[in-house]
Amino acid sequence: MAMRSPLTGPVEESWQSSFLGRERSAEELERLREMSRLYEHLSGTSGQEPRAGVFPLLNVTQDRDHLYIRAELPGITADALSITVTDNTLAIAGQRTLPTEEAKASYHRREREAGAFSRTLSLPPGVAIENVSARYTDGILTIVVPKAETAKPTQIKIQAS
Amino acid sequence: MAAEHTKDLQAGEKRAAVSSAEQTRSGPVFTPAVDIFETATALTVVADLPGVTAQDLTIDLRENLLTLIGDVAPLEGPEEGDIIREYRTGRYVRQFTLAETIDQAQIKAQLSDGVLRLTLPKVEQAKPRQITVQGG
Repeated sequence: MAMRSPLTGPVEESWQSSFLGRERSAEELERLREMSRLYEHLSGTSGQEPRAGVFPLLNVTQDRDHLYIRAELPGITADALSITVTDNTLAIAGQRTLPTEEAKASYHRREREAGAFSRTLSLPPGVAIENVSARYTDGILTIVVPKAETAKPTQIKIQAS
Repeated sequence: MAAEHTKDLQAGEKRAAVSSAEQTRSGPVFTPAVDIFETATALTVVADLPGVTAQDLTIDLRENLLTLIGDVAPLEGPEEGDIIREYRTGRYVRQFTLAETIDQAQIKAQLSDGVLRLTLPKVEQAKPRQITVQGG
């Protein structure tokens, strides 16, 4: 007995911590799997990080009725931006031009960039592509994609017997 | 699209602001991209501040230190859950020390489509004065 007691303490402790650790990581793993599934589904690529060279960066969110796709595009005019939806592919393309300043201006900083950009996104099934709308406010583009009625969650009532 | 002469835009990681002063506000702070140019009469600062509205923008000039602070309120509704998050939003902060003396009364700021254009006219140089020494 005197020899066992110093052992039981640490053994018990390590069992407990490894159990808790395993539970946490399984939960995390499932969350990661789910995120990467969604990402692959929406973008047609795997992995979380956007590929090098993509522009603009997109945030995609959803609520019960809509998907929202947002991009930061400061200083773009609406006619320099084109959004097209075909089948289940959404394409954002455009051109950012910076106004030319007077020739005598001497620059201290020149960090803002101009150029062409395009990005496509695969939409999940169950969206009503004919009702996609877009708005541009304060330099942020928001594309709203309504979900089809069939894709909305339905509450199932349990009938009392 | 006829884009032969233009390069393609590439997304860069938003630059997190490195401030010498400690922040007392939680949340991410970014450094906005700016163009600054100068002519004989004025200094112009153009800054990309996507998501910043006029009431959330603070421009402060005191003792040649120009401070721009823009807050971005989240656009997401309370029911929205993330699917993809490639960029984060937060506060934009940038400070500049101005070498020229600025005519404070003539400063113009214009914010449209997330781009701030700040025109800072220079003070007219004090005209050289001839000082006559009077003999006594």
